[in-house]
Amino acid sequence: MEFLNDVLVQPFADMAAAPDFLLQVLWEGLVGGVLYALIALGFVLIYKSSRIFNFAQGIMVVFAALTLVGLYEKGVPALLALPLTLAVMLVLAMTIERVVLRPLVNQPDIILFMATIGITLFLIGFGELIFGGENKVMITEQLFIPTGSIVFEPFGGFVSIEEKDLTAVIGAMVLVAALLVFLNKSKIGRAIRALGDDHQAALSVGISLSTIWVIVWFIAGVIALATGIVWGARAGVSFALEVIAFKALPVLMLGGLESVMGAIIGGLAIGILEKLFEIYWGQPLLGGNTEAWFAYMLALLVLLFRPQGLFGEKIIERV
Amino acid sequence: MFYRTAGQFKTSYQADHALFPVRQDAFLLGVILIFAFVIFPLTASEFTFRALLIPVLIYSLAALGLNILTGYAGQLSLGTGAFMGVGAYACYKLITIFPEMNIVVAIAMSGFFSAAIGVLFGLPSLRIKGFYLAIATLAAQFFLVWLFQKWAWLYNYNASGAIQVPNIEMFGITVAGPRATAITQYYFVLCVVCVITFFAINITRGRIGRMWKAVRDMDIAAELVGINLMRSKLMAFFVSSYVVGIAGALFVFLWRGAAEANLFDIPLSFRVLFIAIIGGLGSILGNFLGAILIVALPVIIGSVPQAFGIPLDSAMVEHLNIMIIGALIIAFLIIEPHGLARFWAMIREKFILWPFPH
Repeated sequence: MEFLNDVLVQPFADMAAAPDFLLQVLWEGLVGGVLYALIALGFVLIYKSSRIFNFAQGIMVVFAALTLVGLYEKGVPALLALPLTLAVMLVLAMTIERVVLRPLVNQPDIILFMATIGITLFLIGFGELIFGGENKVMITEQLFIPTGSIVFEPFGGFVSIEEKDLTAVIGAMVLVAALLVFLNKSKIGRAIRALGDDHQAALSVGISLSTIWVIVWFIAGVIALATGIVWGARAGVSFALEVIAFKALPVLMLGGLESVMGAIIGGLAIGILEKLFEIYWGQPLLGGNTEAWFAYMLALLVLLFRPQGLFGEKIIERV
Repeated sequence: MFYRTAGQFKTSYQADHALFPVRQDAFLLGVILIFAFVIFPLTASEFTFRALLIPVLIYSLAALGLNILTGYAGQLSLGTGAFMGVGAYACYKLITIFPEMNIVVAIAMSGFFSAAIGVLFGLPSLRIKGFYLAIATLAAQFFLVWLFQKWAWLYNYNASGAIQVPNIEMFGITVAGPRATAITQYYFVLCVVCVITFFAINITRGRIGRMWKAVRDMDIAAELVGINLMRSKLMAFFVSSYVVGIAGALFVFLWRGAAEANLFDIPLSFRVLFIAIIGGLGSILGNFLGAILIVALPVIIGSVPQAFGIPLDSAMVEHLNIMIIGALIIAFLIIEPHGLARFWAMIREKFILWPFPH
């Protein structure tokens, strides 16, 4: 009885007792969710256009952020370092396409997945060799990201919103909007979606597979850079960031592998729910740190009822 | 050349399905076993046992378990490390609760615990497929490692949060714990690996193995020809997790001597997956070849700069190591996506036909 009370009643009583704290938790969850959504977006883009389950997205985030900070530390002005980092991501995209993807066209999914794990390991070693393994500070001020915090006082309480988090949320929204317009309106965007629908049909009407792949991996690189800046501003830049790739996987599964909308909604939902669960159920009842697995269990539960994720394309099997 | 098959006639259906269709295969296996049982123990140093021979055997066993699931039954698993952890913690609890229990019995029983957990997390495979299924196994991975950290009963409430292997004797010889010698541990692991490999070969060759392969190739078609999907998938999860659990118990008891929860984290799962894929999915031999490569590579890379007199600090070697392994994985996938086992199969084919080109 007491157990049921702890699980079903007490958390909600806590929420009602301190609505300002609840708002703070929701906001934190939302910011985390935006980041998950961004990483998942990188995954979805690559999966849509090439059916590659790109495990390297997480390390691309770290690599982009490290390149930016590393260039700045070498004396390059921050505003010049940004386009230079983009150039590095373009070169990376071209190299990956040429060296890894092109020889592996038409291989089974799991082989391509393993290849992206290979890319991940290579980039970890390469990045640590060049930039060192220690934690670096993201150059927030040099990129004109405000660092103050805004304090609200709703319900006679106290909610603090950091301006860099606010910038992150707005920046992510702009980025996603731009991406949606690009995918739906531009010629290249249509080509990307065509490749996603049917490889051979797209090839036969003259869409170049390799060019589109480079573009898609470059876009994923840009998203990675944006994620890296935002996340780096919160937690510093180091290879520990790599674990966020694992946070994005359940987001992806929850939303559906092919759906851009699914990645965004899934990301926000998981960000908020895992924070709520951790604060109100995880810490008092389970000893904390439930964020490590909550998203996976949630995704697993959803998948049991919808095997293609919330927004994924219905899986039709033929024999 | 060495593989002349001339004069070896099959006169019955049974002979066609024998374990060694070509006599030289049996001979080759005999030579390898002589090396493993006699020549290595006589020549290897303590370091070779601890850094090469024992880990190769244990990783091969773990990869064998994964290969049964992923290579034969076609169910992708990214949670091998956690299932190894279940085996290790189960064995630890059994040994500490029943100190007089024989370690062979304890290890054999700990496999059942991981098999049960494996079946539990395998249940979603009946509805979810492919990469979506990887989520179920990743859920197991993260949840179980979290449980190993938080559930103090598992590590007997000791302050360090780690499990420590006590000295365990079998027939008067210490086989596990700080007092055990490397050579006894090597023989112990070798015997377990040989027995399990023997069973694995025969399971995968027989009716059950063919059932799994049918499910792997197309599960709907398999269902239509009368294979019970639920039984065959869950059986694959059971057998695979059993073997993986035993590998986990050996991993801690006969090699590491102590373990914390994060030892079983995702890098271990990926390492085992690498071994299975580089060795070759759907092959027993491949696991051993892959394990030799993945275990020996860091040792070799570590020793090369010293041999040439190039001073490299250990952090640098570590980074180079990761980079080279990453590059090698990509290279292997491009050159031969079916793994080292296929390489061997092609070489063997060439030997049989030699000196003719086709």
